[in-house]
Amino acid sequence: MKIGLYPGCSLEGSSREYAESLRAIAPHLGLELEEIEGWNCCGASSAHQLDHTLSLALPARILAQAEKQKFPELLVPCAACYNRLASTKKDLANDASTRDKVTDLINMPYTGVTSVQNILEVLNLVLTPDVQKKIPAAFPHKVVCYYGCLLVRPASVVHAEKMEDPMQMDDLMKRIGATPLDWGMKTECCGASLSITRTDIVGKLCGNILEDATMRGAEAIIVACPMCHSNLDMRRKEIERVTGKKFSIPIVYITQAIGMALGLDAKSLGLHRHFVEVSVHGKNKVQQNVSSPSMAAVS
Amino acid sequence: MSVSIDFGGDSLAGWIQHKSGISVQRCYQCGKCSAGCPASSDMDFAPSVLLRLLQLQNAESDQKVLSSYSIWLCLTCHTCSARCPMEVDLPKVMDVLRAESLRHKLVNKRAKDIVAFHKSFIDTIRNFGRLWEVGLVADYKLRTRHFWQDVVVAPVMLKKGKLSLIPLFHKKFVSRIFSGLRNREERA
Ligand code: SF4
Ligand code: SF4
Ligand code: SF4
Ligand code: SF4
Repeated sequence: MKIGLYPGCSLEGSSREYAESLRAIAPHLGLELEEIEGWNCCGASSAHQLDHTLSLALPARILAQAEKQKFPELLVPCAACYNRLASTKKDLANDASTRDKVTDLINMPYTGVTSVQNILEVLNLVLTPDVQKKIPAAFPHKVVCYYGCLLVRPASVVHAEKMEDPMQMDDLMKRIGATPLDWGMKTECCGASLSITRTDIVGKLCGNILEDATMRGAEAIIVACPMCHSNLDMRRKEIERVTGKKFSIPIVYITQAIGMALGLDAKSLGLHRHFVEVSVHGKNKVQQNVSSPSMAAVS
Repeated sequence: MSVSIDFGGDSLAGWIQHKSGISVQRCYQCGKCSAGCPASSDMDFAPSVLLRLLQLQNAESDQKVLSSYSIWLCLTCHTCSARCPMEVDLPKVMDVLRAESLRHKLVNKRAKDIVAFHKSFIDTIRNFGRLWEVGLVADYKLRTRHFWQDVVVAPVMLKKGKLSLIPLFHKKFVSRIFSGLRNREERA
């Protein structure tokens, strides 16, 4: 299956292991990724908070570019970008005057033909029984799946089946032989847009997530959003300072988990880039320990 | 607290209805939004309280709303609207409130850093077309003088290959959008 790809800034910067692992597993899943040319940032929550027109124009330019390259489908792995693109698409479809204003700003034709897809939708299509045969129970770990907000809300933009208890990621985990556990924080917000300005709030919210996951006996938290990942992984010291507790549970991108199940090496999946170490031993044993040497060096 | 703010001869509630089609009068104060809101314990007014203030439709409560810290703490996580029995689209109300708070220069003092961060973010996109994390943090630090923030994670990020010290320039992809927006503001 050939599909357009909008990587977004995080996947080229602080979350590059998400991109690396996606590109590493793609050929094994029969997925051919074609990157969108000359893409710009979607504006994320900042444009949304300060400037409504800008928050539509930036994603609209990306969508228009996808149309220009004739992509029927565009994969947007970053949950934040996905949400911005999908909600812009909805707003432009529902309101002709906004659409005229925005297409005038970007100076590109836009019809809205490209379908915007998140990582769970695409993986659901390509992780077929045939692919599964290659990976019988190769990732035998107890995990919890963390969806956060942007993959499930709002209902008018995202088509998640059960908003309070989504199962798409849990289902994908079962297909690679993992045991997804029931837990209470699946769709709780981690506080991402306050990550730099109110790190204390992020520490508190993330602490609740790590605590519940640990209490349920999960070996890893599976995520599909670069912002959830950086909050739960890179901000670990901060979380521990705010909550006064230690957490050793690693945060693993869904693409990395699939890569491990396929037997790909840790380096190609970017596992070495995490703050909280994910070490893979023998038959894909996920080991949990905080990468204390590097963390200690800066604290 | 007697400064009257003009919303085209209407109350702030009327203005919200006009801008977004949302009627704050639909809210019957069950409090479900505030109960599930991840930021409410740090807010000065919980989300349902903000709605109550709006329902009063007087100048004093309108001013309280626009100068509240809450509207800047809202994470747009949509937990409230997903659970609201009256389908009040609170995140969209927050969008209108932030725009009005900026327009009438009523931004809460404690929210200065949050606004500065979003401005730095937009500046980074204006200058580079894409987010460049080092540039964003530097811009934010200059704006707020919080030089100490985030020095803890940066060296590790660098070591793990998560930061680029040199930006790539993709400015040309967004220059039309930004110059178009500027022209529009000048015309307005
Ligand atoms: S959401 Fe984040 S990663 Fe995605 S384009 Fe916007 S800034 Fe870049
Ligand atoms: S969980 Fe965190 S990163 Fe994910 S959407 Fe909510 S705030 Fe954003
Ligand atoms: S949940 Fe809805 S009805 Fe209940 S208080 Fe909040 S906005 Fe009002
Ligand atoms: S969208 Fe804003 S007000 Fe609603 S629950 Fe999330 S943080 Fe609270």
